[in-house]
Amino acid sequence: MNKRQAGIAATALALALTATACGGGSGDSDELTIGIKFDQPGLGLKTPDGKYKGFDVDVAKYVAKELGYKNKDITFKEAPSADRENLLVNGDVDFIAATYSITPERKEKVDFAGPYLMAHQDLLVRKGDNSIDSEKDLNKSSLKLCSVTGSTSAQNVKKKFASKADLQEYGGYSECLTGLQNKAVDALTTDDSILAGFASQEEHQGKFKLTGLNLSDEPYGIGIKKGDTELQGKINKALKKMVKDGSWEKFAEKHFGPSGYEYGEAPKITETS
Amino acid sequence: MFDFLEDYDVWEAFWVTIQLTLYSAIGSLIWGTVLAAMRVSPVPVMRAFGTLYINTVRNTPLTVIIVATSLGLYQTMGIELGGGDSKEIGFRLAVLGLIAYHASFVCESLRSGINTVPVGQAEAARALGLNFLQVLTLIVLPQAFRSVVAPLANVLIALTKNTTVASAIGVSEAALLMKEMIEIESDVIFLVFAIFALGFVLLTLPVGMLLGWVSKRVAVKR
Repeated sequence: MNKRQAGIAATALALALTATACGGGSGDSDELTIGIKFDQPGLGLKTPDGKYKGFDVDVAKYVAKELGYKNKDITFKEAPSADRENLLVNGDVDFIAATYSITPERKEKVDFAGPYLMAHQDLLVRKGDNSIDSEKDLNKSSLKLCSVTGSTSAQNVKKKFASKADLQEYGGYSECLTGLQNKAVDALTTDDSILAGFASQEEHQGKFKLTGLNLSDEPYGIGIKKGDTELQGKINKALKKMVKDGSWEKFAEKHFGPSGYEYGEAPKITETS
Repeated sequence: MFDFLEDYDVWEAFWVTIQLTLYSAIGSLIWGTVLAAMRVSPVPVMRAFGTLYINTVRNTPLTVIIVATSLGLYQTMGIELGGGDSKEIGFRLAVLGLIAYHASFVCESLRSGINTVPVGQAEAARALGLNFLQVLTLIVLPQAFRSVVAPLANVLIALTKNTTVASAIGVSEAALLMKEMIEIESDVIFLVFAIFALGFVLLTLPVGMLLGWVSKRVAVKR
């Protein structure tokens, strides 16, 4: 084999490898790639031993089962907030269940199925702190709020209901939790489902509580490639079945129960074509 | 296409970036010079401190340093650097972290400049009866600075871009606004990237060209 042939062979091999890596379109293939969060306790978390757990993970697995995939056919891929649209557009994942709120801007690029959970922006405070019990208590400069840099919740605070409050932004929720424990901040604000996940963690149990203010509606949907109405229909059917046979309640109780989070009823499916 | 920009104050965000850069640049130039003086000083304890500081700080990721100023100094130890709301405190903590980190690079650049000054000059100055500080400030450092303008410009450009790390503790500079826009305007995500990339190029390119020209003008001809 001369150099040129070797080159062609290598290119062909590389192409074959990339082709398999990108495989996993819906339907005819027997593998499924699902985008989830890896760093959100209670919703989507990769444990140190390489397992995945959380509400989103259980929902994704249930949907996958209804679509005809076995557990061993599922590959989980991390879907950080900023990458979610592109993962779907490029076909790197088949669907995404990663605290993915349905918004008009996102629907420009992707489609949704669901929603499967109605989250609301809420506040997490230290147990025994009763100074916040209505939205009116938020908009004052003496209140130190904490949220994650660039998140929708942080912008809601700035632009909608608490522009006067002293908002500290951090790169992650754990820094805010440290601040809450140190009393450097008074409350951590984001979706109640995420807060419940943190409050239910073993090391945090009993230290924090949710205030139960519903400051916004965040319907979590399953993100799919734009225009894939067939998959949308199938996922919606699976979600309906999940609520009907009691699995939804079971998953919610398992992951959110310990924090006392009132997750309410499963929301009605709104995203149909 | 660009109408989404009306909801955001891009200028303000870049102004904070410029302020972070300026304060940190001045601070790290001063602290870096002091460190360089320590590293060439005749006192062993000072030399040891300089070496230890440089090797520790230079090899610690900047994110760790910046987050440590906020979690360690502010939250845990209660150091507020003058108080105010968390935005002001965050800004000053970020400047402190950036100075601590970049001073080590300024110091090492400057030390290489000191090495370009022939030893004979320092020896001659000593022979004339100048003490260490006089040798350093009158003979060595003026020549050292003139030969390291270009390396210091590199540090300044790196510093400009490194200010984006300050968003990790909530300083509302350009990178924080970019994160906000990525979250909300997910349909024009590449345009958002392009705008901020352009902003940083506009900040760093003229600085690089200007200081490149200055470095040629002031270089000591040997």
